[in-house]
Amino acid sequence: MTRVLEVENLRVSFPDSNGGRIRPVDGVTFALDRGETMALVGESGSGKSLTSLALLRLIPRPGRIEPESVIRLGDSNVLALEGEALRDIRGRRIGMIFQDPMTSLNPVLTAGYQIAEAIRAHYPVSRAEARERSLRLLQEVGIPDPSSRLDAYPHQLSGGMRQRVMIAIALAAQPEILVADEPTTALDVTVQAQILEVLDRLRVSRGMAVLLITHDLGIVAGRADRVAVMYAGQIVEEAPTARLFANPSHPYTQGLFASVPRLRGPVERLNPIPGTVPPPAAWPAGCRFRPRCPKAFDKCQLEPPLLDVEAQHRMRCWLAEKPA
Amino acid sequence: MTAASQASPLLQVRDLVKHYHATGILRSSGPPVRAVDGVSFEVGRGETLALVGESGCGKSSVGRTILRLQEPTGGHVLFEGVDLFPLERTELRRMRRRMQIIFQDPYSSLNPRMTVGAAVAEGIEIHRLAPPKEIPDRVAALLSEVGLDHSYAGRYPHEFSGGQRQRIGIARALAVEPSFIVCDEPVSALDVSVQAQVLNLLADLQRDRGLSYLFIAHDLAVVRQIARRVAVMYLGRIVEEGPTEPLLARPRHPYTVALLSAVPIPDPSQRRSRIVLGGDLPSPSNPPSGCPFHPRCFHPRKDARCTRELPTLRPVGATVAACHYAEETPLDIPATG
Repeated sequence: MTRVLEVENLRVSFPDSNGGRIRPVDGVTFALDRGETMALVGESGSGKSLTSLALLRLIPRPGRIEPESVIRLGDSNVLALEGEALRDIRGRRIGMIFQDPMTSLNPVLTAGYQIAEAIRAHYPVSRAEARERSLRLLQEVGIPDPSSRLDAYPHQLSGGMRQRVMIAIALAAQPEILVADEPTTALDVTVQAQILEVLDRLRVSRGMAVLLITHDLGIVAGRADRVAVMYAGQIVEEAPTARLFANPSHPYTQGLFASVPRLRGPVERLNPIPGTVPPPAAWPAGCRFRPRCPKAFDKCQLEPPLLDVEAQHRMRCWLAEKPA
Repeated sequence: MTAASQASPLLQVRDLVKHYHATGILRSSGPPVRAVDGVSFEVGRGETLALVGESGCGKSSVGRTILRLQEPTGGHVLFEGVDLFPLERTELRRMRRRMQIIFQDPYSSLNPRMTVGAAVAEGIEIHRLAPPKEIPDRVAALLSEVGLDHSYAGRYPHEFSGGQRQRIGIARALAVEPSFIVCDEPVSALDVSVQAQVLNLLADLQRDRGLSYLFIAHDLAVVRQIARRVAVMYLGRIVEEGPTEPLLARPRHPYTVALLSAVPIPDPSQRRSRIVLGGDLPSPSNPPSGCPFHPRCFHPRKDARCTRELPTLRPVGATVAACHYAEETPLDIPATG
């Protein structure tokens, strides 16, 4: 397996109103291999989207990536890049798609123009050649009647079509990694299923690594090889998908599972996690889940590291500590 | 209340039609958008009916037209036996006290300059349900009923999270003591843990107050959690209706089959054969001839009749379904793509 991306101890900070800094992403470490899909799962405010933006150095000011963070893409240290080399990362090596394609597409330019623009930003090809490649990309993402869609404006396309156009733009420079931040959250379930199929097919045919950012455990179960669950700026549990679903171990992950209504089995009252995710300024010392945790005990006042649950399965919880 | 109205369902919707006409300089040039095209159903006392479908199917238009937040194009809505559509303003206002709505995004339905307490009190004042000096106590009781601290009454909507705002929206709806609430995608915008809290709250309120819900949703797992009966909409029509469990276990309309198949299941060991429905929803201003689902339908019996003749709802097994070949609707289809 070829490692394509390594993220170590990623910290993203923003100034707070008291002259200090809050860290909505606080020590995130993970790696991606060629051809695999890894899911970052979490609720609003978990830091999952900021983590994905940090990969492309797209953290808006006055936010910043803290200097001790490491993002390695092949041989390059992403955090040391400037100018042309940084632009090369964006699009050429890491492509990105977002939840709402309408806000990412330019409403006054045709789909074909916007795809060709992405191609010509990275390759010295003629307009005709770029248009030809755009057409092939639209075919690849499964747009029916692609030659007429080239000349369509975003408002003339359905939500599912717009997301396909966004994927085509993201693929234009043949990135090694595709970051998909809630790519189907705004779409209907039948269209969501279509888009997830497209992403899966492209991952296989192009050998891309996919980082799927989502809040939906259902999507993760069907699509990801590995899962990392985020809470309050940290990864709190990570495992191969089948293991995590067979044996969710962190009390937060267990709480998420207990909150999801099911299509099968008996209908029972849901057992939600009490309270809500606190904002970064209010994260408690020690384990950040402690105030909401039904299993909290004395030691939880200390911050737990990621501890082994079983092979390849770790969690940030003292319950994983083997009795001495 | 007479014996007859006691026995009849709380809400009866008959042949409801809602068309939208293009406005502006191109007015009347195009055909109307047939958002709701002949929908009938009933909701019993203390019951939840879920109305399920994808965006553009007309489910929200049904909810709003029932309450006359939008004027209907045709049909009847009987609430406790009274036809709502011919009612004059004052009579309608009196009926509206009994029928409330909560929205997907409570923030957009709350006045940002009005405190939470004032927003909850507004309905009580309008309908004169309590003497002014008792209102603060009523508001406090409502806030605590929906799981909010009564001290929140003096705060403004922007100070609250999405889940808390939805609770405020629910308290505001409950303030006028309705017997029926249209819940228009009330948990779709919420994180899963908060969604579960709100679903539990809605179930508790139904039990404690004997409320009836029309629960508009797109998520079948959520629907299964909250409703014993489901109606599935496609292009302005109900294509299948029945008790939740049999409908989900043995759907008879191919669209229900596809919708169910598309739901992501949080269990990697259940790798189902998925039906990935091709194409997009056709335009509701130019619906297909015959069965509105025929251009996307994968039913092996699909034939010329489907393109010609509009199927009507008829009993098949435990549900009613609008498919000419509902007896033979397959549950597994060779996956496409």
